[in-house]
Amino acid sequence: MRFENVRLDNGLQIIAEVNPLSFSQALGYFVKTGARDEEVEMAGVSHFLEHMVFKGTERRSAQDVNRELDELGANSNAYTCEDQTVFYMSVIPEQQEHSVDLLTDLMRPALRDEDFETERQVILEEIAMYDDSPPYGAMERCMEEFFGTHPLSTRVLGTPHTVGLLDPDAMREYHHQRYAPDNLCLVAAGNVDFDALVKQAERLTRTWRPRDFQRSQQIPQHRESRLELQHPPAVQQYTFQLSAGVNRLDPKRYAVRLMTTILGDDSGSRLFWSLVDPGLAESAGMFAQEYDDCGLIGLYLTCAPEDAAENWEILEAAVRGQDQPEITEQELEIARNKIMSSMTLSAERPGNRLFTIGNAMTLRGVYEPLEKSLENYRTVDIESVQSALRLFQGQPSTRVSIGP
Amino acid sequence: MSEAAYVHRLKNGLVLVAEPMPWLKSAAFTLLVPAGTSQEPEGLQGLCGMTVELCQRGAGQRNSRQIVEDLDFMGVERSCSASTFHTSFSVAVVAERLPQTLSIYSDIVRFPHLPENEVEESRQTALQELFSIEDDPSHKVFTELKKLRYGCAHGRSPYGTAEGIEITQRSDILDFHQRCYVPNGAILSVAGNFHWESLKELTEKLFGEWLPSKTAEQRSVEVRSGQQHIQYDSTQTHIALAYNCVPYQHSDFYQLRGLISVLSDGMSSRLFTEVREKRGLVYSVSSSSQTLGDHGSVLTYAGTTGGRAQETLDVTIETIHSLDQGISEGELSRLKSRVKSALVMEQESSSARSSQIASDWFFLNRIVPRQEVLAEIEALTCESLLRHYRSFPPTHWTLVTMGPEAVELKNAV
Repeated sequence: MRFENVRLDNGLQIIAEVNPLSFSQALGYFVKTGARDEEVEMAGVSHFLEHMVFKGTERRSAQDVNRELDELGANSNAYTCEDQTVFYMSVIPEQQEHSVDLLTDLMRPALRDEDFETERQVILEEIAMYDDSPPYGAMERCMEEFFGTHPLSTRVLGTPHTVGLLDPDAMREYHHQRYAPDNLCLVAAGNVDFDALVKQAERLTRTWRPRDFQRSQQIPQHRESRLELQHPPAVQQYTFQLSAGVNRLDPKRYAVRLMTTILGDDSGSRLFWSLVDPGLAESAGMFAQEYDDCGLIGLYLTCAPEDAAENWEILEAAVRGQDQPEITEQELEIARNKIMSSMTLSAERPGNRLFTIGNAMTLRGVYEPLEKSLENYRTVDIESVQSALRLFQGQPSTRVSIGP
Repeated sequence: MSEAAYVHRLKNGLVLVAEPMPWLKSAAFTLLVPAGTSQEPEGLQGLCGMTVELCQRGAGQRNSRQIVEDLDFMGVERSCSASTFHTSFSVAVVAERLPQTLSIYSDIVRFPHLPENEVEESRQTALQELFSIEDDPSHKVFTELKKLRYGCAHGRSPYGTAEGIEITQRSDILDFHQRCYVPNGAILSVAGNFHWESLKELTEKLFGEWLPSKTAEQRSVEVRSGQQHIQYDSTQTHIALAYNCVPYQHSDFYQLRGLISVLSDGMSSRLFTEVREKRGLVYSVSSSSQTLGDHGSVLTYAGTTGGRAQETLDVTIETIHSLDQGISEGELSRLKSRVKSALVMEQESSSARSSQIASDWFFLNRIVPRQEVLAEIEALTCESLLRHYRSFPPTHWTLVTMGPEAVELKNAV
């Protein structure tokens, strides 16, 4: 296993974790732009653009792109989140050259007017699909409430209104700014010929110019807030609550993740035993999410509408009750083993390593071999986990509930 | 490309199948027990799910909490599910932990306490799971399709019915466990990093004394055509469509697999191109094949908004019928490279392989080596695919839609 890291003159960073024993290789472009980097009236443009990337380039029609991806036998896809847009594929090593050519070409899409209108319909269908899923709606609304005027309140898919009004020229300008080489990272994992990768990328991106896009960062202001929403066909009640966590560079984040695993993992956690195991709720859990400038800790509960209030009290008592027993060494050890085992199992596939190393580099600017990632959790002591819990308990929270 | 698979039959009927993948750090197993929803007595729908839930609430030397703690301590990734013919347990773990994990699972299936004082909790858990499907129309529409298409015994939902779950007693669970958690008809498949001789010995030790019982006869699966619309207050209309095809056991199965691939695999597939790319009718459209007993069906899903459901259904069916106009060389070569890549990547996942060889054994009584799949796929031609489509054209259509807009199957079907 070897780590490689090169930056081209135009600012494009290329990294790889090379493992000649792998059966496959994974390749991806990580673009440092997402919903949080959008103007309010253009909400959804990053995600819309992600779709348009597959609609063809100067050299390729949309049909060519789809056909070539399938010819490569590629497991390929893309996603957009709050702070990045990622395009990726897994292929057998013999397909490296063709795959890099295609993936790199896709970063310069043609953005044709006629494709734009058809794809707008597809995205409106995607929004409609999530509308039929009440937990998704509650979580989205909760993020909006929680982040208020902070850019992280932007919906990744946008709204039917913003998507309906989005103009192709505005998207072209957005693309021009954000898909500049110094805002991209080409990531590879598995059985990769790194020298060939760099040479080819250099040749393909020779004419690309850096743009020096800087994300605006700010500390969000949170306040206590409660919201009840109605979704008449719903059978269950879905409740989400968010409060402040830690940012992705904060050394406390491993302790926070261990704490949320102990309290709210989907098996064997305190919330599992108090709500899920007795059959009071379909699910109840806790999770942490980190961003550049802040982080969040989330709680969720799914149960029958008539039991929601009582169950929420049980949940509150389990995570904030002053009479709860201190977190024990045994709980910590189980949580550590769960996280470390899951990281080890997932690391077997280059397709998974791609995201681990790509995210670490683009979001935190570091490379960590698996052993280092495991070490981050292995070395957290019980005091840090207990103090992560106390820190969480002191925060105001936003809660959104949706049901019939 | 592939290591040889091992097979060991225990005297009581349990079959151990295993394929070494020594380059991995993990090992995975799939344990199929012949306790499916088709074995539930009429009226007790949900019994199968409640039984597997209760089995995990204390078994062998461990109580409910100890089972969870010990599995979590070892970092075991796991799931279990009920289906028409089986209850299945799927597990992945760091290789050193395989023996101890397997031992816990042998307790769960052989020596569950089935405690009286947790029956209520299991009932509530089963109801919770049932309700969660209600809020997921794209999932619920297939539960309804299965019911309509396969009728009473084989069309049951793994989640049961509220009525069935409400009246299930502990005695029903004890009876179901005794009758269906048996080694004859059970399959244990293992893939990943393990030592065969030790695994065989361990399996004998853990499962060798398990007593077989009289095998329940598997009634042959019958399908019914028909259509149904469920009025539902959603934004999209959810369409679930099924028609007959050859089952997994059929010697022409790879021809079908090729046709499904042309229809639905990848972004250049016909359904994706016609329904989404050209017309923007949907975000999601896809087909897959499913074998239930000796019967095969192609299942297709599409979801679309207001006023476009009939058009979406018509275009989907037209696209399926377009296979009759032939398969292009390009389509053929793309499907071949997709299968080839998928086979290479399967070597990176012990879970994927263990579940594949369990299903091979269930349907075929043998493990299909990757080389053989590759050879079958390489042998496909445009002519063979078209010939297959014409020999086994879509018949016995079943349609269920859920949402604001009712649609109908036209005469062309």
